[in-house]
Amino acid sequence: MRLRTFAAAAVCALAATTVMADKRAADTSPAEDLKTYRDYFQKRFPGVPLNEFGNGVYAIDNVSRDSWNAVEEFPPYEPMIEAGQAIWDARFANGKRLGSCFGGDPAQRGNFPYWDAKRKMVVTLPLAINECLESNGEPPLPYRKGRIADLLAFMSYRSRGQKINVEIPDDPDAIAAYNAGKSFYFARRGQLNFSCAHCHFESAGMNVRTDVLSPALGHTSGWPVYRSKWGELGTLHRRFAGCNRRVRAKPFAAQGTEYRNLEYFLSHVSNGIEYNGPSARK
Amino acid sequence: MRATTKIATTAFSLAALFAGTSMLTGVAGAASDESVAMGKQVAVDRTKGNCLACHMMGDGASPGDIGPPLIAMKARFPDRAKLRAQIWDAQVANPGTRMPPFGKHQALSEAEIDAIVDYLYTL
Ligand code: HEC
Ligand code: HEC
Repeated sequence: MRLRTFAAAAVCALAATTVMADKRAADTSPAEDLKTYRDYFQKRFPGVPLNEFGNGVYAIDNVSRDSWNAVEEFPPYEPMIEAGQAIWDARFANGKRLGSCFGGDPAQRGNFPYWDAKRKMVVTLPLAINECLESNGEPPLPYRKGRIADLLAFMSYRSRGQKINVEIPDDPDAIAAYNAGKSFYFARRGQLNFSCAHCHFESAGMNVRTDVLSPALGHTSGWPVYRSKWGELGTLHRRFAGCNRRVRAKPFAAQGTEYRNLEYFLSHVSNGIEYNGPSARK
Repeated sequence: MRATTKIATTAFSLAALFAGTSMLTGVAGAASDESVAMGKQVAVDRTKGNCLACHMMGDGASPGDIGPPLIAMKARFPDRAKLRAQIWDAQVANPGTRMPPFGKHQALSEAEIDAIVDYLYTL
């Protein structure tokens, strides 16, 4: 009984804040948002160069930075890069390889996510990988961890140094997708009623118990991530789901519309920061 | 669904009534040790209040710092109803708050919130 009333209350709260956030979302342009994010975080953490924000919490938390640096010297994700290369090199049943969908070049990070005007949707790298597999008669890979994370580790490794450079074309549908991602970011969610922004914008640098909260700026750069807590690699959308669960909200599907739009928004505000995945995190 | 909400509302007004009574008795005597102990346990429990995620609170280990330290509560919140309301739905006092609405979203029961208030008054 308690659960049911709670669900009703949560839906009402969500509806109300979504409307608010929608209003806010349409109020400012993508270019203005990019400037707001950069200015806010650079003022908040003076002296931290823009590119450093690609290192998540370690950009701002000197206490954990040293042990992280030590971990990155012998990175736990190294074997996964090799496993990913093997997947990249393997032949499909039809004789072709993954590279046939990507001009033969695994360094694709900087080309995603992008707006596909024909299909009216945001296309992310993991989505493009699975579409490639399926169009070649191969089974798609589950999106949260495992083989796709290995493959992304290899492709991201080869893409290191490319910059996040997401374009939001002047197309009402693209802007609507961007605004949907932005509304998602600012919408309160779950029994605990937090938005992403409450933790990673307003409270960046503060402590939730012993966790220091990372800034939203640069949040999409370091993926996939090897987390000691997971004991394995995970994808960006796996993390989105984890953060939704944290506030006792039901997560959305990895690579569903909600998370792809969220990635579109979150990547754009981080434009100019280098892709540096894969990386290690606590 | 409608019936459920009604029960919940009734439960709430009952709880409010009880809160009222304990406010009265609170003047005469301190809250029971039992209630203070339960309040502390619920406030600290990560699956319940988890107040330490954001607040320094008593002797609680590794508190966060998103909210203000919960100290001198009696002096700062002489009005019990106001303190209770802050926990029940912090958005009433501050629409942009980061503090979860523990009562409104039923993350805590009315009795648990009363016990937390009893505990906070010992800080
Ligand atoms: C209640 C607090 C809270 C909320 C709400 C929250 N997160 Fe997080 N998030 C954390 C904590 C704690 C971590 C781990 C420490 C860190 O890196 O910030 C984290 C980590 C992350 C990371 C990984 C950063 C990295 O460099 O590895 C991403 C990305 C992220 N969150 C995105 C989101 C998104 C998107 C939302 C909303 C859907 C969200 N978070 C909501 C607390 C939160
Ligand atoms: C995720 C963060 C968070 C959690 C969890 C949280 N609070 Fe808060 N709390 C805040 C913030 C932020 C404030 C500052 C006022 C505001 O924004 O509402 C606050 C304010 C308060 C105040 C008013 C203090 C003052 O000095 O004005 C009280 C009392 C309080 N919280 C009690 C609690 C209790 C009890 C719990 C657990 C049952 C709890 N809080 C859990 C974030 C939190």
